[in-house]
Amino acid sequence: MTTEELDLANKAGVPARTDEGPVQYVNELTTLNLGPTHPATHGIFQNILQMDGEKIVSGEQTIGYIHRAFEKIAERRPFYQITTLTDRMNYCSSPINNMGWHMTVEKLLGIEVPKRAQYIRVIMMELARIADHLVCNGILGVDTGALTGFVYLFEEREKIYEIYEEMCGARLTTNMGRIGGMERDLSAEAIRKIKKFLAEFPKVLREFESLLNRNRIFMDRIVGVGGISAERALSYGFTGPNLRAAGVDYDVRVMNPYSSYEDFEFDIPVGQSGDTFDRYMVRNEEIWQSLRIIEQAINNLPEGSHFADAPQYYLPPKQEVYKNMEALIYHFKIVMGEIDAPVGEVYHAVEGGNGELGFYLISDGGRAPYRLHFRRPCFIYYQAYPEMCKGATLSDAIVIMSSMNVIAGELDA
Amino acid sequence: MLTNEEVAQDIIRKYENAVSEFDDPFGLLTFTTNRETIISLLEYLRDHAAFRINFLTDITAIHYPDSPDREYCVVYHAHSLVQNFRVRIKVYLTEADLHIPTATSLYACANWMERETFDLFGVIFDGHPNLRRILNMDEMDYFPMRKEYPLEDSTRQDKIDALFGR
Repeated sequence: MTTEELDLANKAGVPARTDEGPVQYVNELTTLNLGPTHPATHGIFQNILQMDGEKIVSGEQTIGYIHRAFEKIAERRPFYQITTLTDRMNYCSSPINNMGWHMTVEKLLGIEVPKRAQYIRVIMMELARIADHLVCNGILGVDTGALTGFVYLFEEREKIYEIYEEMCGARLTTNMGRIGGMERDLSAEAIRKIKKFLAEFPKVLREFESLLNRNRIFMDRIVGVGGISAERALSYGFTGPNLRAAGVDYDVRVMNPYSSYEDFEFDIPVGQSGDTFDRYMVRNEEIWQSLRIIEQAINNLPEGSHFADAPQYYLPPKQEVYKNMEALIYHFKIVMGEIDAPVGEVYHAVEGGNGELGFYLISDGGRAPYRLHFRRPCFIYYQAYPEMCKGATLSDAIVIMSSMNVIAGELDA
Repeated sequence: MLTNEEVAQDIIRKYENAVSEFDDPFGLLTFTTNRETIISLLEYLRDHAAFRINFLTDITAIHYPDSPDREYCVVYHAHSLVQNFRVRIKVYLTEADLHIPTATSLYACANWMERETFDLFGVIFDGHPNLRRILNMDEMDYFPMRKEYPLEDSTRQDKIDALFGR
């Protein structure tokens, strides 16, 4: 069949006969808007897909719908106020963002945080990672038509949020901890809740796994869908579970340990083909590893203070402020932003729910950062989406997006 | 385990006068190069048999309005996943000539990083396949992360910097 004939058939939208075999339908390309507000995007961003029938030929993303200029705002805020900005990036695992930021500032200020505070941080960060992965895997189930697992897991996520509440009073945008340690120690109630969670959650997770892991329908939908090679994944700047699913065992917690991660024993799960199924399985296994870490941390919780002895930077406890002159002075100075940070340039990375979450901070010696840049893992790996869903069907594109765990808040910052 | 000294010496041997200002704030090797060298340097580090600094972590920019002829600084963070070695490379640009070659031919992820830097600072990456705004709307006629654009509405009378300790 010549090109002219194909063109003609295209225009007419009629079945065209080719030399090799039976009737082939040749269609005009259709442009399809997936988003900005589509239930499957789980956030506000748009994908303009060029479709040949059910097959995706190419795609282009439009992002920035919830861009809030955090980097600009941060240039006018004292350091402790920037914590609330980091909450709103990956809002599925806010404590990791909060503590990543605190650790960045501590690195700049040269504050050594006591072991106990580091362990509490590890516990909260791993709980956040579990919550993050639960959302991603649960929703992957929903996008393939299995609502049960999702609802079941959200009950457990609720329990994690109750632990957050015990630690900081908030649930979603946690603003947890302070520069120099934690705002409060683990209370008896918090320890009880964490231990209860550790005892009860594995049963639920096993049940969730038995619902999906070897489920014929689920596997048919996701095995071999949206694969990416390790080489391409690295070129695209993948980090976190998505990179590990492609077979690269890069984990910031192991490679550049922070907050005493070197004290804990855990494995890095890796996949092979980098497809949706591998991403799902890697996240699932990471939940088990996180449980291991929390168990070790809570059983070996060191004695001592939950904050560093750095009165100039650590917001003093309220009781102290009312009774103690020095505490009142420091409280006032910190809140009014009268304490200058030293000049310096820091890059600090933590393993966020989606990968390497980096903070590039430049301080010119003032009360606020001169420049603060967030390395947001979502923003970087979401570029690969058109390449990953090229040639796939629309329903595949949905599960690929879902399994990449693109969080709009982190995407746009 | 690579040391900063080792990598720095190797880069100086290869690029001589094109690299300068070696430093290691908080243990991270930092140095400055020029825009003619940056792409070849990134490629050299990526393909180097021993270093294998083959992961581009981040690209961003900084605005220094008060330093003449070095108003903009484009910062590259790269990482060797094999050697666990990080490096930070800076390129200073003048306000009048904000051009720098693109790194998209080396790393696919540079695409959006450069678009973001263009969007926020107006740095033009020559050879970029699709250099459009990414976070802000296309109609925007300024670059918001430049220091001359105030964060707050300048017409407001009630927000006096002195009262907020600024």
